Amino acid sequence: MTVVNEIRKGFYLDSVALMRISRSIVAMPDIEEAGLMIGTPANKQILREAGVLNAIGEGAAPGDLIIAVRAKTEAAAKACLVEAASLLDAPRRTSAGAAWRPRTLRAAKAQMPDLSVALISVPGAFAAAEALKAIRAGLDVMIFSDNVPVEQEVELKQEARTLGRLVMGPDCGTAIIGGVPLAFANVVPRGDIGIIGASGTGIQEISCLIARAGRGVSHAIGTGGRDLKADVGGITTLMALDLLDADPATNHIVIVSKPPAVEVAKAVLARVAKSAKPFTICFLGGDGKGMPGNAKAAVTLKQAAEVAVGKPLAGESIAPRPKQAGRKGAKVLRGLYSGGTLCAEAQIVLQGHQLAVTSNVPVPGANVLGNLSAVHSLIDLGDDEFTRGRPHPMIEPVVRDAPLIEALADKNVAVILMDIVLGYGGHADPAGHLAKVLASHGVKGGPAIIASVTGTSGDPQGLAGQTAALIAAGVVVCPSNADAAQLAAEIVKS
Amino acid sequence: MKKIEDANAETLKRMLSGDPVLVDCIPAGDAIPALKAGMILHSGPPIGWDRMCGPMRGAVTGIAVFEGWASDLADAEKRAAGGQFQFAPNHHHGAVGPMTGMTTLSQPVLVVENRTFGNRAYCAINEGLGKVMRFGGNDAEVLGRLAWMRDELGPALGRALRDMGGIPLKVLISRGLSMGDEMHQRNIACSSLLLRLLAPALARTMSDSKVLERCLDFIGRNDQFFLNVGMAMGKSITDPARGIESSSIVTAMCRNGTDFGIRVSGTGDRWFTAPVEMPVGLYFPGFSEKDANPDMGDSAIVETVGLGGFAMAAAPAVVGFVGAGPASEAANYTRLMGEIAVGINPEWTIPSLDYAGVPTGIDIRRVVATQIAPTINTGIAHRQPGVGQVGAGVVKAPMGCFEEALVAFAEKMGVA
Amino acid sequence: MSAEARDKDQVANGGNLLSRPVKVVNIGLDRFAKELDEQSVPVVQVEWAPPAGGNAKLAALLAKLGS
Repeated sequence: MTVVNEIRKGFYLDSVALMRISRSIVAMPDIEEAGLMIGTPANKQILREAGVLNAIGEGAAPGDLIIAVRAKTEAAAKACLVEAASLLDAPRRTSAGAAWRPRTLRAAKAQMPDLSVALISVPGAFAAAEALKAIRAGLDVMIFSDNVPVEQEVELKQEARTLGRLVMGPDCGTAIIGGVPLAFANVVPRGDIGIIGASGTGIQEISCLIARAGRGVSHAIGTGGRDLKADVGGITTLMALDLLDADPATNHIVIVSKPPAVEVAKAVLARVAKSAKPFTICFLGGDGKGMPGNAKAAVTLKQAAEVAVGKPLAGESIAPRPKQAGRKGAKVLRGLYSGGTLCAEAQIVLQGHQLAVTSNVPVPGANVLGNLSAVHSLIDLGDDEFTRGRPHPMIEPVVRDAPLIEALADKNVAVILMDIVLGYGGHADPAGHLAKVLASHGVKGGPAIIASVTGTSGDPQGLAGQTAALIAAGVVVCPSNADAAQLAAEIVKS
Repeated sequence: MKKIEDANAETLKRMLSGDPVLVDCIPAGDAIPALKAGMILHSGPPIGWDRMCGPMRGAVTGIAVFEGWASDLADAEKRAAGGQFQFAPNHHHGAVGPMTGMTTLSQPVLVVENRTFGNRAYCAINEGLGKVMRFGGNDAEVLGRLAWMRDELGPALGRALRDMGGIPLKVLISRGLSMGDEMHQRNIACSSLLLRLLAPALARTMSDSKVLERCLDFIGRNDQFFLNVGMAMGKSITDPARGIESSSIVTAMCRNGTDFGIRVSGTGDRWFTAPVEMPVGLYFPGFSEKDANPDMGDSAIVETVGLGGFAMAAAPAVVGFVGAGPASEAANYTRLMGEIAVGINPEWTIPSLDYAGVPTGIDIRRVVATQIAPTINTGIAHRQPGVGQVGAGVVKAPMGCFEEALVAFAEKMGVA
Repeated sequence: MSAEARDKDQVANGGNLLSRPVKVVNIGLDRFAKELDEQSVPVVQVEWAPPAGGNAKLAALLAKLGS
């Protein structure tokens, strides 16, 4: 066994591109492990833990690229480095002669002077600085990046407020502005329902369910997961409320979030009370108390969509709901989620069935993960612990493979519950990927596999095709995540 | 920081409002009173004999023989090593020089006056291609040409220019840009335009038609004749922009074949240096990278005022020649330099960029932040003295001097 | 007022996120720009790199000096 490291000084490529290259070189013969990472202390730690870092890699600076390989033979390692180098250089070769790309926001603005929105997905340590430049240049901002220090978020949002600019995020996955999906968002018809959401998949699920009910969305504004915490004080949520309240195209406003800090909830609900428009408020896991007269509380995302469109969604099934049984003798449910809010919603539905649930992101009343074979567990695979140094499962469904294979093999698992999230930003064929894994690792008499698809017929992946692929793979597809969780609960209870 | 933005606006204003006029050609000793016997001005930041590269040493010994300070090249070398000559950068005396950049007492220098600010800048006359002193050449042919320039061409140019009342250069550059020059690698348009203006005055002020013929022929055969005029112009434009408190704009970039040096307006006359890099380019047949000397000359003053590599979009022909990629990418060089410049020059525009002005005023903050080094178009000298030019290419200003300058600038601004 | 005139008017007045036409500068992941471009949304991709090539000391100085 040999560990070989190489450094490229002052090199930068975004981590998704690097991870793609890592994945293709690790598949080369006699390669045990390999990784390409920018030499930050955190990344070095990951490489160290993976047993691929040597003294050369240890010497890398945060502006350098580390190419780290552990191989069975020296020759295999060398071949791997050569392949990595050619993959690294390939995009540059093809981009030679391509159109000019500005290096800074300033130059971008010179090229397109009436820019309105900056979509920022650089590493978290740099995101706030780029956002600050953008708001000072008169742009509204959507920060997709996570790992932005909260004090930077506060400072940024305070300055943005004085400048009259909106900061969506950090860690904002989804927005739809004037019909334009930004980052992870679905193709939904334009309509009169406005959405403000602290969570990306929450917005996606609600907007898709609204679309399936034949209605549409005026705008969906993401706020970032921490906006309603006490430190940030709901700056973005309150500004988004002002915007949608004044927006003539919006007749109904949905707010979706985890339960806010007490004083922030008060401020938000007070602002809601001042509006003449009706509201649906979905504080997932909250008690739904204290709603002003023009607002109705919703317990689940599905219910939020139902309140907003004014009719129940039941009966809008996109697949027949067969009688389904779990694996014989097995008792526990395993949820493997790519969407954090979908994972939270499932916990709430299960709790509604008096089931004790555990999760790595527990909602109020749920416990932290314990022995997975003994208790119902709902795992958010998009949480930091899984995405550190790896792509998000919505971009790269491979992330779900290992836990899924483990659950299929676990004799105690009666039901596996999953989400498939479509739309821009996401993987091109998540259902196809899942079907392949099930085909090669599925077991006779195995657990029931239940899923829902968050998506619309307009999405690039296509709702019908994705659903069909799942059904063909033996998955029971429910019309919403809440329905899927409901069915899963019924099975484990029976 | 507002203080910096304001200072940079002032620096840029001074650079853009300059009115450079080619007014005269006189002996360097008359132009620069500080020059005396045994004193040799060279290109780039300060350097002593011990650290000089081959071509620079070749030029030093040649010019010492030319000035009569040594009996032959070997004698000159002994004297140079023995500390008998006093070396100083051209930049310390209001002058610039291409490649080795030798400036001494009796050499004629072109005089450019910046009429907005009243300052003058100097540069020797371009010797043409081939075996020349600026590439370290120092044999009898080289010294003989210098003598003719001293005795015949220099005085003739001086008479003609004085008779004309000078040639305004700003508008000449504008026309040259629209004719495919970028004023560093390619000066054919400007050289021709200049000769067109000079010829009648040369004829008017000269009685001997043989001398006139020699002068016109010499200028007419040299596509790069204008380079030295453009360099003196660059120096005359940047000098009034020096020493502006809190300004982070570069006022000089130059190289001596060993070090690359920059000066920044807000840090006064201090040099920030880093080892020069090797140019990347095309070589004349029979030569290759291994023959090349590291980058050299004060000519990067033209990039400092937004020409050369900064005006690449004006000269697609240069892009291919300097080995910088397909000609269609010329515009991207100029756009890239736009990332590190604080402004554009509305009077020097480029037709192929929809008449956008050349990026002007290199901000060390932007250079360090983006890690985009100024692109400099350059000739490549042979590493052995006396061989001459072996190719042409582009070279990047080394990032190290900008980073060092940024740290010093931050200290001066009290934020380090 | 024509749609174009209204767009211009809103830009001139600063406008807000919901009222002005969406024109995006994408700083980071290429795919977001590519997807917007496919939908004919005006977008400029910035070829981003960490300030000062990731040199934290210089980046901190730049943050103080502004640029």
